[in-house]
Amino acid sequence: MSTDVVRPVVSRDNSYFFEGTASRELRIQRCNACGVLRHPPGPACPNCGALDRGWVVAKGEGTVYSYVVHRAPQVPGKQLPLVIALLDLEEGVRMVAEVTGVPADGPDGLRIGERLVVDWNVIDDELTLPIWRRPEGERQ
Amino acid sequence: MSSRTLAGRAAIVGIGATEFSKESGRSELQLSVEAVQHALADCGLTPADVDGLTTFTMDSSAEIAVARELGIPELRFFSRINYGGGAACATIQQAAMAVATGVADVVVAYRGFNERSGDRFGQVSRWAAAQVNTNGLDNAWTYPLGLSTPAATVAMQARRYMHEYGATSEDFGRVAVAGRRHAATNPAAFFFGRPITLEEHQASRMIADPLHLLDCCQESDGAVAIVVVSAERAADLPQKPAYIAAAAQGSGRDQFVMTSYYRDDIGIPEIGVVGRELWKQSGLTPDDVPMAILYDHFTPYVLMQLEELGFCGRGEAKDFVRDGAIEVGGRLPINTHGGQLGEAYIHGMNGIAEGVRQIRGSSVNPVDDAHHVLVTAGTGVPTSGLILSA
Repeated sequence: MSTDVVRPVVSRDNSYFFEGTASRELRIQRCNACGVLRHPPGPACPNCGALDRGWVVAKGEGTVYSYVVHRAPQVPGKQLPLVIALLDLEEGVRMVAEVTGVPADGPDGLRIGERLVVDWNVIDDELTLPIWRRPEGERQ
Repeated sequence: MSSRTLAGRAAIVGIGATEFSKESGRSELQLSVEAVQHALADCGLTPADVDGLTTFTMDSSAEIAVARELGIPELRFFSRINYGGGAACATIQQAAMAVATGVADVVVAYRGFNERSGDRFGQVSRWAAAQVNTNGLDNAWTYPLGLSTPAATVAMQARRYMHEYGATSEDFGRVAVAGRRHAATNPAAFFFGRPITLEEHQASRMIADPLHLLDCCQESDGAVAIVVVSAERAADLPQKPAYIAAAAQGSGRDQFVMTSYYRDDIGIPEIGVVGRELWKQSGLTPDDVPMAILYDHFTPYVLMQLEELGFCGRGEAKDFVRDGAIEVGGRLPINTHGGQLGEAYIHGMNGIAEGVRQIRGSSVNPVDDAHHVLVTAGTGVPTSGLILSA
């Protein structure tokens, strides 16, 4: 089923991210000139105009800014209902995040403001995606 | 009036459409050709008069193919606008700019598709994630993670909006109730004779929580075409002209297609860009506009549009839409044809046609003194808008 997952288009401008997930690193683009972090990335820095970029490894923790529980239609490679969040990472950038291990609804459902940590969803030899869950040992 | 303004220099003189269905039984090209024929007949022009065509980049029928089928001899102007439903009013802007400058004399904007019986936009569009261009790269941050339908992308915005401003699912539902009430008395609407209650909205199944099924527009087969000429030429044609008092496009800071999630305050500021330009071009204010056609692909974006366009303050739309305010007889009736929730989803072009009917006084749900009608295109994407005036 998972091999059905929609694959990302990878180019010179985003390959560092998927190379990172393959080695279990959540990478954020960083401008080598002014130091600004940016996600989603791009070839130029909107802050200073530099075309010289690198990346840092994120701590892998984020706070739920919003979320959706997708129930229909079917999504290739995913089981429904599917919880997807928008996370504010500790480093200050925002990222769309697939969430696992959280009930779709009810009192234990996801909440805005809740903290999640990154884990890894190995699709196959060529693709690993970030997947987020509640920190272990904390209130469910 | 400065000669450097578009305001009032062009008019919509003809509108045409096919029937709106779930299974047209004919090609998308044929649908567009039929709509253009109806629009030309509506204003007493012929294919030989047409020298410009404009449509959406998403349309499957090229301008030259439409011209061939219709027997349009030569084209002096042809153009396409990107970003899905955000293109709707911008096609009219293209046409207006062309006829106002003399680049063309008669421009027809068209949009036709089998969006229900063919490629359904509400499903996961794998092609959108596979595009080898910047839109495909943008989708790399959402589709592989399962965020891959229009409803889900809007649900993400809706949840945050509810959290920030205290809007509820029932507040969204009032938009659907209004649209279906108007569709119920519109024989051209798919949901003719089928109004809904707020309770039915609440009981409809969840698609992408917090969006219910009845928060989502229909999927439709059909086509709409609209004929634009200069204000001078319009005076010689049989229909009462709907003058284009303003026509604008807008894209916001850090804009994406449906997933502009990385701004400090998410939402749909792109329609705010359009709104400011519409008020500036037309010299009108929200108080001057007695009704509006607000693009209703998903109900939450109608509330957010009311705020971005200045009809109410930020976070106040939930109060604005209560007590039938957006239904005929209310203080700002919207989507009097039934909208895309009730009439049909023709990527916003059917809403422009309804704006014209209101100006002409021929709408099945007429609004008193509708001398000015504001029309918007799809939001959550780079978008556009119009103010039509009598």
